[in-house]
Amino acid sequence: MRPRPLPLGSPLQLLLLVCSFALAAYAGVRLLADDWLGVALWLVGAALLHDLVLLPLYALADRVVSRGLGAAGRREWTMYVRVPAALSGLLLLVWFPLIGGTVDRRYRSATGLSADGFLVRWLLISAVLFGGSALLLAVRVRRATKRRPPAVH
Amino acid sequence: MGRVPFPRVLPAYRRIMRDDDPRLPSSPGFWRSPLRGTWFTSVLGLVLLVGITVLFLTGLVSYAAYNPGLSPVNDQTPDKGVLGFYLFAWPTNPYWLYRLTQGLHVTLGITLIPVLLAKLWSVVPKLFALPPARSLTHALERISLLLLVGGGLFEFATGVLNVQLDYVFPGSFYPLHFYGAWVFFAAFVAHAALKAPAAVRAVRGRREEREEREDRADRDSRADRDDLVSPRPDAATVSRRGALWFVGAGSLLLFVTTAGQSIGGALRRTALLAPHGWADPGGGPGGFQINKTAAYAGIDTAETGAEAWRLVVTGRDGRTVRLSRAQLLRLPLHSAALPIACVEGWSTADQWWHGVRLRDLAVLVGYDGDPPDAFVESLQRHGAFRRAALRANQVADPRSLLALQVNGEDLSPDHGHPARIIVPAAPGVLNTKWVARITFGAL
Repeated sequence: MRPRPLPLGSPLQLLLLVCSFALAAYAGVRLLADDWLGVALWLVGAALLHDLVLLPLYALADRVVSRGLGAAGRREWTMYVRVPAALSGLLLLVWFPLIGGTVDRRYRSATGLSADGFLVRWLLISAVLFGGSALLLAVRVRRATKRRPPAVH
Repeated sequence: MGRVPFPRVLPAYRRIMRDDDPRLPSSPGFWRSPLRGTWFTSVLGLVLLVGITVLFLTGLVSYAAYNPGLSPVNDQTPDKGVLGFYLFAWPTNPYWLYRLTQGLHVTLGITLIPVLLAKLWSVVPKLFALPPARSLTHALERISLLLLVGGGLFEFATGVLNVQLDYVFPGSFYPLHFYGAWVFFAAFVAHAALKAPAAVRAVRGRREEREEREDRADRDSRADRDDLVSPRPDAATVSRRGALWFVGAGSLLLFVTTAGQSIGGALRRTALLAPHGWADPGGGPGGFQINKTAAYAGIDTAETGAEAWRLVVTGRDGRTVRLSRAQLLRLPLHSAALPIACVEGWSTADQWWHGVRLRDLAVLVGYDGDPPDAFVESLQRHGAFRRAALRANQVADPRSLLALQVNGEDLSPDHGHPARIIVPAAPGVLNTKWVARITFGAL
């Protein structure tokens, strides 16, 4: 049996996509003019790194936390770990060159500012996030225990 | 569209999909989060539709602010072709214009990162969906998504790295970010046109409530209607609404730890992680943010001393005057309160600049009426903006100065001693520091 050709789909959408590719090609030729391989690697690499590395990693970490807490019978505590961890990780993801100190020398000599504070401030923000979350959980657990009728015990 | 494209393999796909085989990411059953669904994706998508449109427009505005059409030295993307169709003469009013547009561009971009990540997370099952293409249009749409996701992440990554001076990207920031923006925007417009109507319908129709009702209903029939909803979801640890608040909290956290670098004053302290947040360099009259220090720019103090330094001003018919700093200080001096606003998004509050009006310097070399364009050269030996062109409207503005002092004292070396340009609403790098030569009318 000979496979039938791929159907066309909506002609209007096809036209829209062709126009989009034309503009992307016009800009893309200029984008790739200097170091086509490097830029292409960055463009495709960004998508692959996100979809096949970053996302699976944090999804897996999330699953480990929720399953782990679930095994301990505390699945409802997941958000108290997820929120501070994700917010702290988000700040690290955005500001890792400054936090990690990889641009220290250039930063200091260009801006005249000290590059030392970023790691400390990120750690402090993370501590406040985790500490605040733990405090909130403790308060809620305490309230729930108080409210629980004695018959349950 | 409804026809069967690959008769022999499709039954296998169908079987896997119907069985919700949890081992393969191509099967909907692999994806367990109860949060995914059209409503959730649509809300995030509509936020990005507005946000990325603002980012694109403020980005185009920033390119125009450099006056790239005026002189090759102002233009980092000379091969732009029709992509520069919209360029216009950059105004000097309001004097905080670039501070606003570029602060918005960078701060909004950073604030949108959690929304972008959440949006990509919410649609990741579609990346693995089979069959790879249902029609030619669908195949092209999926290729276009590579430009959308790759281009979008490329734009956010180059922007975030550039403001941290981490120049690891393959080339100069300006052409990469400018042409990359057009590639991304081409895919973005197509994606928005294809998806926005359904997203608006989903949000208007309060799909969330229906989805939640459907969560309890028959899963197979529902999965046909919304292929983002997991057919075998885990028990929820947070509601869809709660997850949106979570994304919003991420955006808020990034916003409050960044925005202060574009507001300045006491609020700079609140920008805990932004490159030009937290503190100002030193104190006193020169204690405000520096783009590039004298040491970084390679300025030799032997060239800036009172004996050595002369400003060379050239004008009509090659008429030239050479002025020492003392001679400049004897010319009529004027003041202007203006900010420094960088392409990196940070800016300073208004500083009190004191110096000679550029249009007065033009008069010295034969331009008595309306002053012409000007070409400014720095002592700086290398760096993309050691030379800059100013348009006639910028030269003519009474607040445009060759500044000699700031906040009541002589300029510090890092702020451009012996003399620097300051022009209202111009991007920071066009306010040339360590000025050596100004040529009027010769662009």
